[in-house]
Amino acid sequence: MIAIARLTIGEAARRRILWVLVLLAILAVALTGWGIDRLVSFARASGTSELTIQLGVSQILIFIAFQFSFVLAMTAAFLGAPAIANDIESGIALALLARPIRRSSYLLGRWLGLAVVLVVYGAGSALMAILVVSRVSGYTPPSIIGPLIYLATEGLVVLSLSLLLSTRLPPIGAGAISVVVYGLSWASGAIERVGIAITANNPGVNLEIVGQVGRAILPTDGLWRGVIYGLEPGIVVAAAAGNPLAEANPFFAATPPTLGFLIWTVVWMILVMSLAAYSLRRREL
Amino acid sequence: MTIEPGLVIDVADLRKRYGRVQALAGLSMTVRPGEIFGFLGPNGAGKTTAVKLLLGLARPTAGRGTVLGQPLGDREARRRIGYLPELFRFQPWLRAREVLNLHADLIGMPQAGRARAFDGVLDLVGLSERGDTSVGGFSKGMQQRLGIGVALVGDPALVILDEPTSALDPIGRMDVRGILRTARDRGAAVLLNSHLLTEVEQVCDRLAIVDKGAVIAEGSLAEVLGAHETRIRVEGLEPEGMALLDRFGPTRFDGRDLFIKDLPAADVPDVVAALVASGVRVHEVASGRESLEARFLELVRGNRPESVA
Repeated sequence: MIAIARLTIGEAARRRILWVLVLLAILAVALTGWGIDRLVSFARASGTSELTIQLGVSQILIFIAFQFSFVLAMTAAFLGAPAIANDIESGIALALLARPIRRSSYLLGRWLGLAVVLVVYGAGSALMAILVVSRVSGYTPPSIIGPLIYLATEGLVVLSLSLLLSTRLPPIGAGAISVVVYGLSWASGAIERVGIAITANNPGVNLEIVGQVGRAILPTDGLWRGVIYGLEPGIVVAAAAGNPLAEANPFFAATPPTLGFLIWTVVWMILVMSLAAYSLRRREL
Repeated sequence: MTIEPGLVIDVADLRKRYGRVQALAGLSMTVRPGEIFGFLGPNGAGKTTAVKLLLGLARPTAGRGTVLGQPLGDREARRRIGYLPELFRFQPWLRAREVLNLHADLIGMPQAGRARAFDGVLDLVGLSERGDTSVGGFSKGMQQRLGIGVALVGDPALVILDEPTSALDPIGRMDVRGILRTARDRGAAVLLNSHLLTEVEQVCDRLAIVDKGAVIAEGSLAEVLGAHETRIRVEGLEPEGMALLDRFGPTRFDGRDLFIKDLPAADVPDVVAALVASGVRVHEVASGRESLEARFLELVRGNRPESVA
């Protein structure tokens, strides 16, 4: 398993695609830092209160995190989708799996290697963005580690799903389905937010179930709310608490993910990877 | 069937069905230690499927067997098997030596002595200058040489090569024959899956001919080829003139060469005399076995009643 993980990391490091992503991330962070620096200087010069500036920057940061979480999910999907399928297509799997290695070890080795790549890339880029924004604007989120962990876990969830699909589907199909499911999970969360706002005035309507089902199928949206919660200033959470209209905002989270949800996320990954191992074991090469 | 001890490969009545396609229809064969065993058959005969079953890459629909004394696909047995797949590509971003190292990792080969072992393998397959070259830049022939090298890593007890020379030129093919003999001399059994008859004829100790998913002939080359055949190149032989040869044994005539099965050496001058007496001109007489090609075609055609003219 370790040999396969090492192979996977080596593969990512020697392929240009990862370095292009890292370069793009650095470029994006530099541009963001520059933009926020200009914005904050302009706001300060025109006499905007420091509190307003901090609130504004926190919203921008959350929006950046949202875009980055999508990039990370795409990266996870397109790292995971070809990982097994390409090996089977090219015959590499024949040579590897004829060796005394369990198929599940091969699969876990692939997961582990890609997980290391994804976490280093995802958490590294996000940390860089938070630090740069903090330096140019003076806004440091109440929690840095929390959002990084949630963001990286989002990547791992999508990675697990794409690996499962990769045991049976060609790379393009596995990647596309992973991204679509990720999008649906986010949308179901957004519908739930709207649902909360509507329910405040119409007790008969219950859209929360949509979000709950969405989170159960793919836990990314719940993790995404954890990212938001860590990045928003405490004052926003306090001010918006109990206000249904504020809770309808898909870029606001009133509470961090529950322990139960976090446990479900771990269980979900174990289930998906077990299913992937079963699917690969049954597959005839 | 009882499983004979000491056999490297021993399978009985192996069957494999892919949907409506019967890839193997009761394959039985045995490979003994230290022999090069040729596995011959037309395209689609089930050779690759059989290899995949031996390695546990696919599961048999029915039948059983052992490889190195263990059930098909056993993990510990696979530690002692080297395998070159038919259609494959190595990780293009790895260097040749790194490919060998990966496979050494997978079989749990001790670190000590690896560098020397890799030098030996690269030298054997003629890639000693290319150990640090990326595999992505290898020609098909070089990939195949490396593939054979990978199959030999860790001195396996059984080497399974699926069409190892399909991308090689005549020099490469000759090199491979040398490599196979070296592996055998080290004590390995080799299963050579091929449709190249000359290759099998030149290097194999025993062989099996497979068609439509079952073995139709198995044994040493002499056993499979069976009958002796005497070939006489003639001119002016009319079909009706063949009758005078009936007393010498079964004959056939392809318009240029006359073939007589199991003709005793002592009768050769009598045959020539009879031919000359009837006005036939004799150019050449060669005594020997039927070629593997002729025998192969005979067996495969005989196995396909629809194609018998």
